[in-house]
Amino acid sequence: MKAFSFIQASSLGHAAAESAAMGTSFIAGGTNIVDLMKLNVESPSRLVDVTKLGMNQIESDSHGNLRIGAMVRNSELAEHRLVKERFAVLSEAILSGASPQLRNMATTGGNLLQKTRCPYYRDVAFACNKRSPGSGCPAIEGHNRNQAILGGSEHCIAVNPSDMNVALMALGAMIHLHDGKNERAVPIQDFYLLPGGTPHQEFAMMRGEIITAVTVNAQPKGAKSLYVKLRDRASYEFALASCAAIMKISSGVVESVQIAFGGVGTVPWRANRAEQSLKGKAPTTQNFADAADAELIGAAVQSENAFKVELIKRCTVYTLSQLANGGAL
Amino acid sequence: MSSKVGNSIGKEVTRVDGPLKVTGRAKYAADHNLKGLLYAVPVGSTVANGKIVSMNVQGAESMPGVVKVYHHHNVSGLYSGGDHAHEQRIPLSDETIEYYGQYIALVVAKTLEQAQAAASEIKVEYSAQPPTVTAQGLGNDLGQASARGDAGGTFASSPVQVDANYSTPTEVHNPMELHATVVDYKEEGFTVYESTQSVMGSQRGLMNQLGEPQERMRVVAQFIGSGFGGKLALWPHATLAAVASKDLKLPVKLMITRKMAAETVGHRPGTHQRVRLGAEQDGKINSLIHEYGSESSMGSGYRENCGEATPSLYGAQNLRVTSGIYHLNVGSPTAMRGPGAVPGTYATECAMDELAQKLGMDPIELRKMNEPKLDLSNGRPFSSRHYLECLEEGAKRFGWHKRKSTPGQPDANGNIHGYGVAGCSWFAGRGWGDVLLELLDDGTASVACATQDIGTGTYTVVAQMAADRLGIDPHLVNVKIGDSRFPPGPTSGGSTATAGLVPAVLSAAENAVVNLLQAASTDSSSPFSGISPHDLALTNGFVHQASQSANSGVPWGDLLKKLKRKSMSGKGNSQYASPDQTPVSMHSYGCHFAEVVWQPQLAQIRVSRVCSVIDAGKIINPLTGKNQIEGAVIMGVGMALMEQSIYDRQSGAPINSNFAEYLVPTHMDAPDVDVHFLDYPDFHINQLGARGIGEIGLAGVAAAIANAVANATGKRVRDLPITVEKLLS
Repeated sequence: MKAFSFIQASSLGHAAAESAAMGTSFIAGGTNIVDLMKLNVESPSRLVDVTKLGMNQIESDSHGNLRIGAMVRNSELAEHRLVKERFAVLSEAILSGASPQLRNMATTGGNLLQKTRCPYYRDVAFACNKRSPGSGCPAIEGHNRNQAILGGSEHCIAVNPSDMNVALMALGAMIHLHDGKNERAVPIQDFYLLPGGTPHQEFAMMRGEIITAVTVNAQPKGAKSLYVKLRDRASYEFALASCAAIMKISSGVVESVQIAFGGVGTVPWRANRAEQSLKGKAPTTQNFADAADAELIGAAVQSENAFKVELIKRCTVYTLSQLANGGAL
Repeated sequence: MSSKVGNSIGKEVTRVDGPLKVTGRAKYAADHNLKGLLYAVPVGSTVANGKIVSMNVQGAESMPGVVKVYHHHNVSGLYSGGDHAHEQRIPLSDETIEYYGQYIALVVAKTLEQAQAAASEIKVEYSAQPPTVTAQGLGNDLGQASARGDAGGTFASSPVQVDANYSTPTEVHNPMELHATVVDYKEEGFTVYESTQSVMGSQRGLMNQLGEPQERMRVVAQFIGSGFGGKLALWPHATLAAVASKDLKLPVKLMITRKMAAETVGHRPGTHQRVRLGAEQDGKINSLIHEYGSESSMGSGYRENCGEATPSLYGAQNLRVTSGIYHLNVGSPTAMRGPGAVPGTYATECAMDELAQKLGMDPIELRKMNEPKLDLSNGRPFSSRHYLECLEEGAKRFGWHKRKSTPGQPDANGNIHGYGVAGCSWFAGRGWGDVLLELLDDGTASVACATQDIGTGTYTVVAQMAADRLGIDPHLVNVKIGDSRFPPGPTSGGSTATAGLVPAVLSAAENAVVNLLQAASTDSSSPFSGISPHDLALTNGFVHQASQSANSGVPWGDLLKKLKRKSMSGKGNSQYASPDQTPVSMHSYGCHFAEVVWQPQLAQIRVSRVCSVIDAGKIINPLTGKNQIEGAVIMGVGMALMEQSIYDRQSGAPINSNFAEYLVPTHMDAPDVDVHFLDYPDFHINQLGARGIGEIGLAGVAAAIANAVANATGKRVRDLPITVEKLLS
């Protein structure tokens, strides 16, 4: 770790102004950036602490929409009554990740920016286009069992490791950004950038902007939601494949459905094609499988991760079947 | 003095060092923060096969707090560590790189952070060749390890045959306590606080490598956060810390990182095995052929002895065991819990299950059919073997009769339950050592020996051994171990330390008692003055006339006070015993039954329960003993389903060198574990009949789980770990 200076931000304006200087990073819960600083993957010369700026409330309006402050800790968000009652998929996703200690520290805003676990990204001895643009991608020819099958490019196949953001993706959340003067909102599907030729550019936010809140709209009345996560061990592991789904069935057909995948994409993956395939169809196992297939047409596998295609398909069919059978809220 | 009637052996005595550990007062190697301490951080090579062309250390040397940077141009005068060094290469001896992570420099600074920052600024240029990190075939032939009859011919003519290839990956020991060394060099010599399974072995290794005499090398390891074989002897980081401390005349601390633990301090090497079983239709095995190749480093001759248990476990009249080795660009492998037997029984016990399936026979019946009357590898009788009783007892406890021979019907949740069984075996050895026992005038006793407790309960069982003979509470015995200044004691490895300590502690206690009774008989201030020592006894802590009750006598503390003596001592020892030196075949046996839950829709497998029945002689402490087996079973769950160190093919780096990517079981992965000891004493090994239990709990677990997976899924996975892609394919 390199020496750095530490600045306590007193206002959004202060935070934005401080972040203008080169080599500055924000720090909130610190569960990710401190880790990366120890590995010399991140080496900011200045850290601006944004945890004393409020933004730590969960508020609901009369329509049942939710505004989650960026500094709300993951553990608090997962256990919040309104979240458990109306957005169960979000609570389930958060609780399936990390450990209680990490969730007590990690913030909503920080979690949105969680970095990949790609081992080549996390070790400065290796080339990595995400960490050091243009240096190359050893993962493509190397250990790639847990790398992405969706959204990769010839420059980067690093998988997004998040659970929370998969649920937020399915919920169609809005990300609220503030530059010290004005706030703007970005749909979560536009917030995450595919690697393409610029894998180092990961988020649709500008220098000086800070995440202030995440909003999610009330889900259709009668819809049910579920998060299913598959991994090699029962706890404390990033997903091999995960599925967040919110589905409403009426008159024997799928009236509305929102699906997102985790553990398989370079970004939390909204399964738009699967949703299109399923809308208006009967909630049958075959239709669920066809929906997954429709999404996975674009899957690109590597030497060690072809199994993820079958695994995410099974995960999707299982999740939707559970919802159709009334097995979940 | 509180005396206790009854003996201590076989009692569930809580750990005598438990309060120190749970209150954080137990001092581990890295806890020795000495005055003036400097911090050392090694720099590892980022190529696996090549040479250092140039190294620029000037930037690092000029950074804040940096005291010195060591590298192959300024370190010299080191010698071979010999048998007491895990790695044969002398650290920082030249520019040659044989594996990824090999130390190429050491930064010493005033703080850990300064040393780490400087270490990352050392610039190295290499000339590198592509590394060899994957093994092919069965390796360079090392010949036959065991043979009898005509194994090839009888296999060919057997009506029922199994011929299968199995593999196990590289596994890393990953004890909770990372390797750490604190060296305090003074004019008169070295004091080395080291995380080691052998204070004697580490002392000898450091003496060899630094060219120092024994009296100048003291190694201390009072508490160790386990080792699993990875801390049996010397690793280069300890040598380098000693070099720096001697050079700078200040204490130096070096603690490796979790990443380095996958690179530079050993591992269980990957194995590639072929097993052939030829049998009659009734299940009688005619031929057993076990061929294996073991991965190794460029400079090491270490190989995983996969045939450790094979020749004596079953009664095949015709047998051949052969071994081979691969030299790869990886760090030196070394023993890891149950070396050889653990990967070896994985292959052979899976093959037994495959044979049972071919025969349409219950796997337990197959084993009964092939129970030998004596050890066919050497013709010797067994010292104490109750393998079949383990299987019968386990079957009863586990509910084996509920097993279906083919995958059963899903339960209400759609899950299929599979059952598997496997046997296990581990040789029974006895470590050597000396013990000094003292009876003290406060009514307590002390036992001193340069052995150590790696977390297994050595402090407690030594206290029990002494307390048993002296008739006092084990908590009144002060066990002094973990210091090379005590009488030389056994290594904590190979399940031999406890078996070796029994004769040493008991004879030391006996000699102390004899000396005390002699003094009681002859000293004029003794109440027993003039009574022949042969007519005196020590019972339940009281010295008394043998013809009278213990209570009629005097507690030894009071007697010593009357004699104006602070203490009375006795010495004891035990001799090393290996399987080759005994007229009987000494092994421990056991079996594991595993239940797995298979969720076919998600291709997910989890282990729900394990029952282990172990025949390891007399169990001195069922509490710590059970704990050993439970831990081993959970380790076996990891071996079966998740553990593997993965080498990046291009760089040769162990690429998953952290606890998020090198998977071990979490609490949620730990099955219900039912441990049962048969508890038959084996008096061939020592007076208490106690064999070791450190290794045997792991042998066979992965096979039992793999057999249960085959029973649940109908799919036989022969390459560990059994991960989801293998079950989907």
